[in-house]
Amino acid sequence: MTQAKPSVITEEMRAAVGVDGPPAVLEVEKTNCRMFARAVGHTDPIFYDEAAAKARGYRSIVAPPGFMGTPIFRPGGGGAVPGEMGGRGFSVPYKRVLNGGTDYEYFPDPPDGDVICAGDTITARSKIAGFEETEGSLGPMLITKRETSYTNQDGRVVAKMYGTVIQY
Amino acid sequence: MAQVYFEDIQEGQEIPQLKKNCSTQQLVMWAAGSGDFYQIHYDKDFAQATGLQGLIVHGALKNAFLGQMLHDWAGQKGQVRRFGCSYRGMDEPAQDIVCRGVVTKKYSDGGKHLVELDVWTEKPDGKKTSPGTAVVALPGKE
Repeated sequence: MTQAKPSVITEEMRAAVGVDGPPAVLEVEKTNCRMFARAVGHTDPIFYDEAAAKARGYRSIVAPPGFMGTPIFRPGGGGAVPGEMGGRGFSVPYKRVLNGGTDYEYFPDPPDGDVICAGDTITARSKIAGFEETEGSLGPMLITKRETSYTNQDGRVVAKMYGTVIQY
Repeated sequence: MAQVYFEDIQEGQEIPQLKKNCSTQQLVMWAAGSGDFYQIHYDKDFAQATGLQGLIVHGALKNAFLGQMLHDWAGQKGQVRRFGCSYRGMDEPAQDIVCRGVVTKKYSDGGKHLVELDVWTEKPDGKKTSPGTAVVALPGKE
């Protein structure tokens, strides 16, 4: 076996795995649901029209797939901002970063009920699920797996996001 | 689109494609809708200064396209339970992006009828730029 490259994963990084970051509050508003749906090109009226959504049994306009609400913006920063690319606060010897991919999982309750609708307030908490090191065509890489849980105003986890960040 | 039922689905079956072609205006709308204001998606000078040929489509927008394809296929009685993709290749505006999906498994679990799929976006030359997987709940006929 050839000599292994030294790992860029530090003790500090290992200690951070599985630890929830600070919560971030996301508001799910009708206009933001519509903006997101319009940008994608959705045609289902449940993403635009509250009466149409209610007629189909939803509480209000439905958050389109991948939309979890809008983080609250505060001038000058402050407060955690969840995101696909978050959690890169560690010192690693790689300059470039890629968003490797994202998966969304929904937990409807009842099983055929709605999940996230306009009017909901979602609390997002992100954690690092793990680090991996690989040698790819771009050279050595650090892959950070992240998991974000979304809890609604009733205290129920309604969705999770699994993200991969690649540094190389 | 007519409601699709669990009994009608077979493993290996392809679901209806969704064809997209992003204008730069759509990328700006996505920036506002998603909150991702990275300039490589709408400022050509900025994109080229980073070494790109030009503007590129947001990976998360392609992921949302897959979400739309699955939502529309699941119909009013179905539900997208899980979806996502890896961002493997770049797509440019004013170029076709075809969203596709193939059923890989169907099973019933706790009274729910579930279908697993491979999903991806495809460039005009057939290259898959966003391969992923999905789980969709479908209604049964009885």
